Amino acid sequence: MNRRTALAIAVGTALLIAGCTGTGGTSKGADANAPDDPSKVSGTIHVLTQRTDLVQDGTMKKYAAAFNKTYPKVKVEFEALTNYEAEVKIRMNTKNYGDVLLIPGVIKKSDYPKFFASLGTQAERAKKYRFTDFTTVDGKVYGQSPIGVTPGFVYNKKVWKAAGITQWPTTPAEFVADLKAIKSKTEATPYYTNFAAQWPLTSWTFVNGSVHCDTQATTKLADGDPWAKGADLRVGDTLLYDTVHDGLAEKDPTTTNWEASKARLAKGQIATEWLGTWAIIQFQDAATQAGVDPDDIGFMPFPAQVDGKFCAVVGPDYNLAVNANSSHKEAARAWIDWFTDKSGYDKDNLAISPLKDAPLPTVLKPYEDAGVRLIELNDAKGAQVKLIDTESEVGINGPDYRQNLVDLARGAREGSLDSFFADLTKRWTDTEKSLGS
Amino acid sequence: MRWRQLTPWLFLLAPLGLLITFTYAPIVNMLAYSFTDWDGVTPGLHYIGGENYTEIFTREDLYQVFFVSAYYLAASVIQIVAALYFATILSFDIRFRNFFKGVLFFPYLINGVAIGFVFLYFFQDGGTLDSVLALFGHHSDHAWLGTPRSANTSLAGVSVWRYLGLNFVLFLGAIQSIPGELYEAAELDGANRWQQFRHIIAPGIKPVVSLTVILSISGSLSVFEIPYIMTGGATGTETFVIQTVKLAFQFNKTGLASAAAVVLLLIILALTWLQRRLVPDDRVDLV
Repeated sequence: MNRRTALAIAVGTALLIAGCTGTGGTSKGADANAPDDPSKVSGTIHVLTQRTDLVQDGTMKKYAAAFNKTYPKVKVEFEALTNYEAEVKIRMNTKNYGDVLLIPGVIKKSDYPKFFASLGTQAERAKKYRFTDFTTVDGKVYGQSPIGVTPGFVYNKKVWKAAGITQWPTTPAEFVADLKAIKSKTEATPYYTNFAAQWPLTSWTFVNGSVHCDTQATTKLADGDPWAKGADLRVGDTLLYDTVHDGLAEKDPTTTNWEASKARLAKGQIATEWLGTWAIIQFQDAATQAGVDPDDIGFMPFPAQVDGKFCAVVGPDYNLAVNANSSHKEAARAWIDWFTDKSGYDKDNLAISPLKDAPLPTVLKPYEDAGVRLIELNDAKGAQVKLIDTESEVGINGPDYRQNLVDLARGAREGSLDSFFADLTKRWTDTEKSLGS
Repeated sequence: MRWRQLTPWLFLLAPLGLLITFTYAPIVNMLAYSFTDWDGVTPGLHYIGGENYTEIFTREDLYQVFFVSAYYLAASVIQIVAALYFATILSFDIRFRNFFKGVLFFPYLINGVAIGFVFLYFFQDGGTLDSVLALFGHHSDHAWLGTPRSANTSLAGVSVWRYLGLNFVLFLGAIQSIPGELYEAAELDGANRWQQFRHIIAPGIKPVVSLTVILSISGSLSVFEIPYIMTGGATGTETFVIQTVKLAFQFNKTGLASAAAVVLLLIILALTWLQRRLVPDDRVDLV
């Protein structure tokens, strides 16, 4: 064998290997039906989750034990993935991605039937569950979020009170004025961006819908210009810009620390952070650990009112789905149904129940008192928005664009706010056009 | 007779297998992806010809990140000069030389991710750097990672700290391979330390220096770990590789990102070739 044949064999082998790529879900059109008799379903199911904390402290095991009371023959095993999105994306190139998993953001909606087994028709499921819209393809539902979340400001009640503020601000201008009062009257940092942690900044995209109390807000993103004057995203981004520009945020955003910020807010060193209902319990825990009153953690909606009422968008968290290649689809389906309906996972997380007839969690009592309207966005154009977003590389759900905005606001980046928005508009609408044609 | 010919191949089987599986097969895979619009997970590949390459060569915004590499290039000049200086000094007989060798080489042994985290605390507001400066009476209020210029300089500084040891060890090895009689003869002839460096050490280590320069250039173009861990590419610290990773994993353009990676590989190969043409690697003959 001379050198040249060896090389040829090497290249040949390499090419062969290159051929075996990207063959994850194939069995199209699988269904995961709910079992008729709970005592007869059997099998071991693997449940993938991003909640590493709950797997480590044994909470998930407790859920599994409770599940086994109804379904004694099903064995539930959890696999916690630290970097869920990235890891599960690679695993989905094989058939081995657990029996129950959370639908990662990267999967195109139109590909859901290739990867997941259907949970039923939308017509039937929408009677009982919220958020069916978000995972429906051709009338069939492929996932269900076990909790509903709504974005809002987590704030320290004591600090806001100390600054003399008793009412939630109703306009962005009033919000900025309140932060200024906090800055001058208290020691606290009025607002904390969590710039370095990146993902908290992306929650600013969830203002979409609450500014104009519009259930068609997602459709407007797909068809119009999200940064037109008065548009939801522009209003939210302008508020973030003004906050940072007026020196109301932390001194050095580039070295922020998310974990430490929870205790600092609880202790009153930080006044406000834009997050969501899911964060409340974490801040309350941090308060208990720091030895301060967890009741000081408050939650308020985006400062905008329509007809004298605040508006909050309720959306799904990660959606649970059944792997289309699973050999225990009934057991997997049983877990999803039990976990969303009966586990109490939503209450343990102070979250909104995915069941339509369930009452609001107690943390949202102030919302009820203030008459905040809770709306759900129509997600018919959700897939289109995602496509425009990645094609244009704007990344409304990625950190870059908000990090650039914060840099612009604190003078670490050249340009004006108007030209910043104009650039986003151009990239977005150009992509809209090129995809439409 | 046939067995004797076969024996070396049997020995080569394991390393070649590993090399093909973990280096060449992924590269071939990447080349294949670069001609598709694959998003990293959709079943089935869809070939689109050279469209990704057309996009890369026609979008100037993808090249702006190379300005960031200039910071690292400038830093690597400082790094090479400093490494050369320390290597020369420590090649002479001075006190505690082994201790200093250890001190200089140590950072290279630490994992890059750990370095990123350590320096994140180092540059924090009121962090290690500020505290140390305060000890010397300088109370700075500077946000070290706050502006593009300051952030890139800080990050390039971390990179110098990390890689100085590697350059230093390469230079030291080369210097120590120069026969000792040469120094003796030079000293007898009355040459001072600078003259010894200029006429014995410098020509003696020329091949190693030129290798280091190639490594520095390709290193500056493909900086990744330190800025990715510390700033994630925010505040104007995005490098070409960070941009590629973002294309692949944030915007799910695996095809385009693969093409970008191929282009980076070609740029580095071209620069290396150019450098070899400009500074030919002639054999060193000191005696």
